[in-house]
Amino acid sequence: MATLVPAKPFSERLGALARVQGVGGGVPPLAALLVYIALTVMALIVAVPFLWMLSTSLKPLQEVFILTQLLPSEVRWDNYVKAWNAAPFGRYLFNSTFSALAILVCQFATIIPAAYGFARLRFPGRDVLFMVVLATMMVPVQVTFIPAFVTISTFGWKDTYAALIVPFATSGFGIFLLRQAFLQVHQDFLDAARLDGCNHLGIMRHVMLPQNMPTLITFGLFSFVAHYNDLFWPLVVTESERMRTITLGVRSFIDFEGATRWNELMAACVFSMLPLIVLFLCTQRFFIKGVASTGLKG
Amino acid sequence: MQIARAQPVLRVPARSRSRLNSEAVAGYLLVLPALLVIAVFAVFPVVFSLGVSLFKWSLASPTITYVGLRNFETLFQSETFWQVLRNSLYFSVGTVVLIVVLAFNLALLLDVKIRGIAFYRALFFVPHLVPMALIATLWLFLYEPQRGPINALLGLLGIPGPAWLQSTSWAMPAMIIVKVWKAVGYYTILFLAGLQGIPQELYEAAKMDGAGFWRRTLHITLPLISPITLFVIIVAVIGSFQDFDQIVVMTRGGPVDSTNILVYYLYEQAFRNYQVGLGSAVAVLMLLLLLVFTVIKLQLARLWVHY
Repeated sequence: MATLVPAKPFSERLGALARVQGVGGGVPPLAALLVYIALTVMALIVAVPFLWMLSTSLKPLQEVFILTQLLPSEVRWDNYVKAWNAAPFGRYLFNSTFSALAILVCQFATIIPAAYGFARLRFPGRDVLFMVVLATMMVPVQVTFIPAFVTISTFGWKDTYAALIVPFATSGFGIFLLRQAFLQVHQDFLDAARLDGCNHLGIMRHVMLPQNMPTLITFGLFSFVAHYNDLFWPLVVTESERMRTITLGVRSFIDFEGATRWNELMAACVFSMLPLIVLFLCTQRFFIKGVASTGLKG
Repeated sequence: MQIARAQPVLRVPARSRSRLNSEAVAGYLLVLPALLVIAVFAVFPVVFSLGVSLFKWSLASPTITYVGLRNFETLFQSETFWQVLRNSLYFSVGTVVLIVVLAFNLALLLDVKIRGIAFYRALFFVPHLVPMALIATLWLFLYEPQRGPINALLGLLGIPGPAWLQSTSWAMPAMIIVKVWKAVGYYTILFLAGLQGIPQELYEAAKMDGAGFWRRTLHITLPLISPITLFVIIVAVIGSFQDFDQIVVMTRGGPVDSTNILVYYLYEQAFRNYQVGLGSAVAVLMLLLLLVFTVIKLQLARLWVHY
């Protein structure tokens, strides 16, 4: 806005700004201003709790409840050290990241062939089987938890990585999503690959995957976030300290500390969400586009 | 949703016989790993729950007795269960209505083409990515009744803040606020995608006819976005049914069961009281409720969704 002539009235300047940006005068300046005000109010409602969390995590304990103390009088980095050492958070972070990644690898290994099979091959019972896959998407996951827990106990998998990973080794939604994408690939590519001597694995590797990378990446991001964030299942199937995940770790921090050392608790929250925030900053266009085009849910 | 028909790989009839056989074998092999996991961890559980709901089975003792519909009877005679049902309805309706209204309006704002809009779009999405367990912890702090930031702020404005999570009447609204705060950005992006799919010519034409912003919204935007609205309602209802993490971190169903909803009640029965049969009965009722909801929504969709 600095490049505009300052003598003009504000509304005219805003209008000029809109034209500079090629909006073509579609947004009247007053409307644009109102939109900015409304959006900024909403943005503050979203951002302030996070900023408050960050500020609190760096405060000495006696300043935690002083509202007018927006910033800590002295920055207490040792809150982070204390929180980190209060429980094996390194282990928790590893467990969450490792099991979410392992789930993702298993999901790719199962949904890519399945989606290809359902989309591109013909075999008796295919449509019925696909309907079963679709039907499982509608069942809320909590309904399956008691039987899944009994199954895991029967296998003797309680308190192991297998318990955290195997129940999520495939995704009905992933199969559905990828099948739709694979259906869009033109038949000529498949025929050409066939003539070049590709078998089904070759077609998947050289035709299907390269053409559908954005879908795969988006699915991967959402799957990772969903399982990193999970609390219910780890709560039910893990028992020992060394198998706990990060969300469980933060929850038990509340229990043991009796929710009194808020600054350290907030510090624990900050370093627990850091991996996700970094991931989001690096890949946000996939996230936003992914939701917009597929309705994926984290 | 519409399911496009898969194309056959080859349409040459001469080779089709042997081709089909090997193709069928390949097909089965490719879908087998996924179907195996689905069979064990999705199909079997539903069947198992239906069966187990008819048994009295405690994880604490080895005896399993067939009790018919006794578990359901126990639930329906329990005052707590009815309260849990009412709570679930309160929570679902509260979150879904607020989410639809707020997300739609936020999407309208984010659809305006002005500088810096991408930043806002990304910002509103952030709470959706952060684990509910952490969001709940943060709000546990914000809601602290004596000196917490929210009540301190209300105090500055001269309003005596309620005890939030420790009050039977305020705990549920407090939970709804947190859920909506976290989820609204995700649904906004869905609405935004819908808005951007509406042809601009329609608006241009309406403008020529002298229709103002409100009339355009009412007669163009709302009807054309109705499939998205329906999708948002479905996903938000299912989401509200699953909100376990928030409850277990913030209130554990309390105070006096005022925030106990079905999914937490299921957890309490099955994994705290070890009543697997009773827990399964709750799971079956959850499934039935979602089924009823699906039927109602499909009927309603005929009336007001324009594809």
